[in-house]
Amino acid sequence: MMLLSAATLCAQDWFKTETSAGVSNIRIAVADFKAVSAPDPQTTPLKHTFDTTLYNDLANAGIFDIVSKSLLPQTTPGAPAEISLQQWSNAPASAAMVAFGAFGASSGRLTVSGYLFDAKNAQYPQVLAKQYSEDANEDMARQIAHRFADEIIFRLGGGIPGIAETKIYYVKLAGGDKEIWAMDYDGANQHEITHLGTVSISPRIAPDNSRVAFSSLGREGFQIRMYSLLLNRMVNFPSAGGTNLSPAWSPNGHDLAFSSSRSGDPEIYVADSNGGAARRVTSFRGPDVSPVFNPKTGSQIAWISGRTGLPQLYIMDADGSAVTRMTDGGYATSPSWSPNGQFLAFAWDRKYGPGAPGGQDIYVMEVATKRWIQLTHDIGRCDFPSWSPDGRHIVFANSPDGRASSMRISSMLADGTGRRSLTGPGADMPNWSWK
Amino acid sequence: MNVSHASLRKALMMVAVAAALGTVTGCHKKDKPVNPATLGPMPATVAAPTANLTAEPATIDLGGSVVLNWRTTNATVVTIDGIGEVPANGTQTVSPSTSTNFHLVAKGDGGSTEANVRVTVRVPQAPAAPADNGDMGSEAAFHQNVQDVFFDYDSYDLRPDAQSSARTAATYLNAHTGIKLVIGGYCDERGSAEYNLALGENRANAAKTALVSAGVNASRIRVISYGKEKQFCTEANESCWQQNRRAQFSMDR
Repeated sequence: MMLLSAATLCAQDWFKTETSAGVSNIRIAVADFKAVSAPDPQTTPLKHTFDTTLYNDLANAGIFDIVSKSLLPQTTPGAPAEISLQQWSNAPASAAMVAFGAFGASSGRLTVSGYLFDAKNAQYPQVLAKQYSEDANEDMARQIAHRFADEIIFRLGGGIPGIAETKIYYVKLAGGDKEIWAMDYDGANQHEITHLGTVSISPRIAPDNSRVAFSSLGREGFQIRMYSLLLNRMVNFPSAGGTNLSPAWSPNGHDLAFSSSRSGDPEIYVADSNGGAARRVTSFRGPDVSPVFNPKTGSQIAWISGRTGLPQLYIMDADGSAVTRMTDGGYATSPSWSPNGQFLAFAWDRKYGPGAPGGQDIYVMEVATKRWIQLTHDIGRCDFPSWSPDGRHIVFANSPDGRASSMRISSMLADGTGRRSLTGPGADMPNWSWK
Repeated sequence: MNVSHASLRKALMMVAVAAALGTVTGCHKKDKPVNPATLGPMPATVAAPTANLTAEPATIDLGGSVVLNWRTTNATVVTIDGIGEVPANGTQTVSPSTSTNFHLVAKGDGGSTEANVRVTVRVPQAPAAPADNGDMGSEAAFHQNVQDVFFDYDSYDLRPDAQSSARTAATYLNAHTGIKLVIGGYCDERGSAEYNLALGENRANAAKTALVSAGVNASRIRVISYGKEKQFCTEANESCWQQNRRAQFSMDR
């Protein structure tokens, strides 16, 4: 165990991810908000939801050193006039920043005032002051907490927008069928998107959150399908011969890359987002699947090719030129390109084969140097990593016992720490929204 | 020359026709016409046999019976086809399985006479016998001759055993040109879902290519990859994984 963590630490010296870049971790205290309305049986559970959500959003952001609840002062300031900053900046809290505010629920409305104060700046402590007013329900209590958390993260996290309002699209196992589902980034609000009664896989959300592309098993095999989140229904996408799967959006949302075996051999194609003008980009015997655009430039595609035997990770220019092999062996699948364009996350079994001791884990590789680190260790089969839009998190599927039916979705920071489970068994192939 | 020949022939024909006409009219003017019944080797005093054959009812359902009734006169030997020699007069109950013409021949000193009756048998419509049987072969024969082919792990090349079973399959398919088939590509549960779908496509296509190069028309074959989405066997061991790494043939309906 010691050896393992030492190796991991060494590996992490190789490069910095977004998690460790920029501002070093700020120590932040999150006070429970002050209940300001008349004691209402509805207010207490909603305020609890709000407090928990805000605390978790900031704790999971990856840029804060959050003050444990047990070290917080016993006061619950509801307004700037009510806070004594010294209480918060002194030990044991020793907070650099304090988030606090007032939470009220009356006549079916939630009214929340949120503040962020710099505990070390006695003269001008206020960093943020926000007010929210929404319908009084669980979902809105969570949403307000997410919005306030994102404001704080944006302000203190080097100007990178937070991810508390983002969504994760995934595959839900339902008997022999698989449907496309969606949930909030923290695993809350899990709900069905499609109900096609067949096997639907590989959901990929459009950069503008308007459509979900995926692949679905029909009479003619797997075909690319499209669901409109604006119309809440399936929209047309042309079928083609052979197996068509693993769609991937270009960052401008105009193009869709996917694998198609219309020529008899699975190759990478790029079409416009309505499926028109499909053009072939690879031409090499063997499986070519799982393309993903470089989200920073849109001019490169990473994908998986079995042209030399076991599947390996490759990158190329979007027109098919400059093909470069990235992995040197094993069994590599499911690439996801980091939002800043510097890293590829992928699933890799470096000792693949009958009787080999290897396991399939999540790895991150720096594109420029091909140097990599292993993010998951000894937690069973891992697959389908997907970067969060802030580049600080990776969501992935994990099966502790290796069985497909045990697959569940977890998220972690991009350095492999802070892993937490988002769903129970029966969830697979997560895809994090672009914003 | 030609002209004179033709006119000569015409003149001869006219003469012949006139002579023939003269002969016929001459005949009529002679005696009474000859009764054909009085001709022949037998003396005119022996009467010819008569025969009458009826069936009651004339139409039956399959499995029902019908009564044949016959009467003859002046006959010494009476036979009915399919029954044999019968008395001069008689009845017999028969149960034909198909519509039948009963043919009676009565022979006597005065000659022979025939009588016929048709019995119609209503055969119920055969229950859903596939119209295209024969050419399609049976499902069982299909699976006996067209067997799934199996692959090594992460490979889509046909092994020698798979090549020989593909040849057997092609022979059968070439003999039963009415069969259309679907080749499903499958993978074991290890590895990644998307890659396995592409691999399954390659496997099914490898099997298709083997059939096509053995003479099976490509338009009869449909290829679908299921990757690891439809597992045949769900144990986590090599024998089970091997069962899942296959190209499966089934009849396309």
